[in-house]
Amino acid sequence: MSNKLKIVHYLNQFFGQIGGEDKADIPPRKEDGPIGPGTALNNSLGEDAEIVNTIICGDTFFNENLEESKSEIKEMLKEINPDLLIAGPAFNAGRYGVACGTVAEIAKTELGIDVVSGIYPENPGYEMFKQYAYFVETPDSAAGMRSALPDMIKIVKSYIAKNGELGSPEEEGYMSRGVRKNIFAEERGAARAIKMLVKKLDGKEFETEYPMPVFDRVDPVDPISNMTETKVALVTSGGIVPKGNPDHIESSSASKYGEYSLEGVMDLDEASYETAHGGYDPVCANKDSDRVLPVDVIRDLEKEGVIGEFHNKFYTTVGNGTSVANAKAYAQEIAENLLADGVQAVILTST
Amino acid sequence: MVKEIERAGIPVVHVATVVPISMTVGANRIVPAIAIPYPLGDPDLGKKEEKKLRRDIVEKALDALQTDIDEQTVFSVNEE
Repeated sequence: MSNKLKIVHYLNQFFGQIGGEDKADIPPRKEDGPIGPGTALNNSLGEDAEIVNTIICGDTFFNENLEESKSEIKEMLKEINPDLLIAGPAFNAGRYGVACGTVAEIAKTELGIDVVSGIYPENPGYEMFKQYAYFVETPDSAAGMRSALPDMIKIVKSYIAKNGELGSPEEEGYMSRGVRKNIFAEERGAARAIKMLVKKLDGKEFETEYPMPVFDRVDPVDPISNMTETKVALVTSGGIVPKGNPDHIESSSASKYGEYSLEGVMDLDEASYETAHGGYDPVCANKDSDRVLPVDVIRDLEKEGVIGEFHNKFYTTVGNGTSVANAKAYAQEIAENLLADGVQAVILTST
Repeated sequence: MVKEIERAGIPVVHVATVVPISMTVGANRIVPAIAIPYPLGDPDLGKKEEKKLRRDIVEKALDALQTDIDEQTVFSVNEE
């Protein structure tokens, strides 16, 4: 490229040097030149590239006002019209990772701008948006900035040297985007396959050309040994809520979960409980919500001493069309609360 | 959701009507439920029988929570 590569850098409120969590609700804003980690990036890129603008948005604002943030940032990008977008690095900050990924998706799919970012592999932002950016692997906290920035700079420099035609993840040092590319190989497929097979038979390392997807599984936790001393909680994706749905949990694509007291509640009756779920016929659940959230039976079992204690709160959301990423995030928060309240076992009901 | 609760170290049993979905989402202890609109009930039964049915499912869920497993396992009420 003959001219300087024009880069926009996306940062959250913290790295954008506006403030911490108390400033996480700021809407997108555009600043001139590099800020924070962008300064180091810009200096290292020297004469080849320049960060012309920095877009900053609060992580909470971004995630709570997704459509608004997306359209505002898209307009900013359109106006600046950069050659490349750098986002983050986000490390293992979930909301930030999702924001970087979302911005990458807009840049790549709607404006045709390539994106370089850095993220911790378990940040949900990577799994959700990996096809939209060249993500370098970073440590899980900002303490890893020192290794993350040089890795990102390396990709940007290679991007410039190769006129935007980056090579494979192994060659360049970014994490797999899950994208398959046609290439010309020197040997035909059969010969390559036989070579791999021979290596495998010899017990040697070989590199597959088509890695199998990794399924995210969690090993079973050890069972409860003494139920009579165990505190049990109920969680449901069946949308059972106090009558009137006080927190307005959506009937589909729920944007939240609810936590409700069961203090003194022995039975879920028609007058006090209903379902917010829009994905099944609610008549039976509205008539008797114990059919989804078996409070009556668990109270009996508590009284009889079969279980130690019934946790006096339940957690609920609507599983209808709710994204895996959201469900996962709700459950992580729910689990934290359950642990904090000393809950030892959970029955989760789904419709 | 079930997976995240388990990841946090709390044993969890998934009472779910659509077992294949429960398997796909990665629940380890699964108890099949009755029907989507009434997983732990049956409006065609009398009140007493219905509660008995619900209790059977919950007791099976408690059994599952007390069972040592090393892979995804379905605990059916009617297989006893």
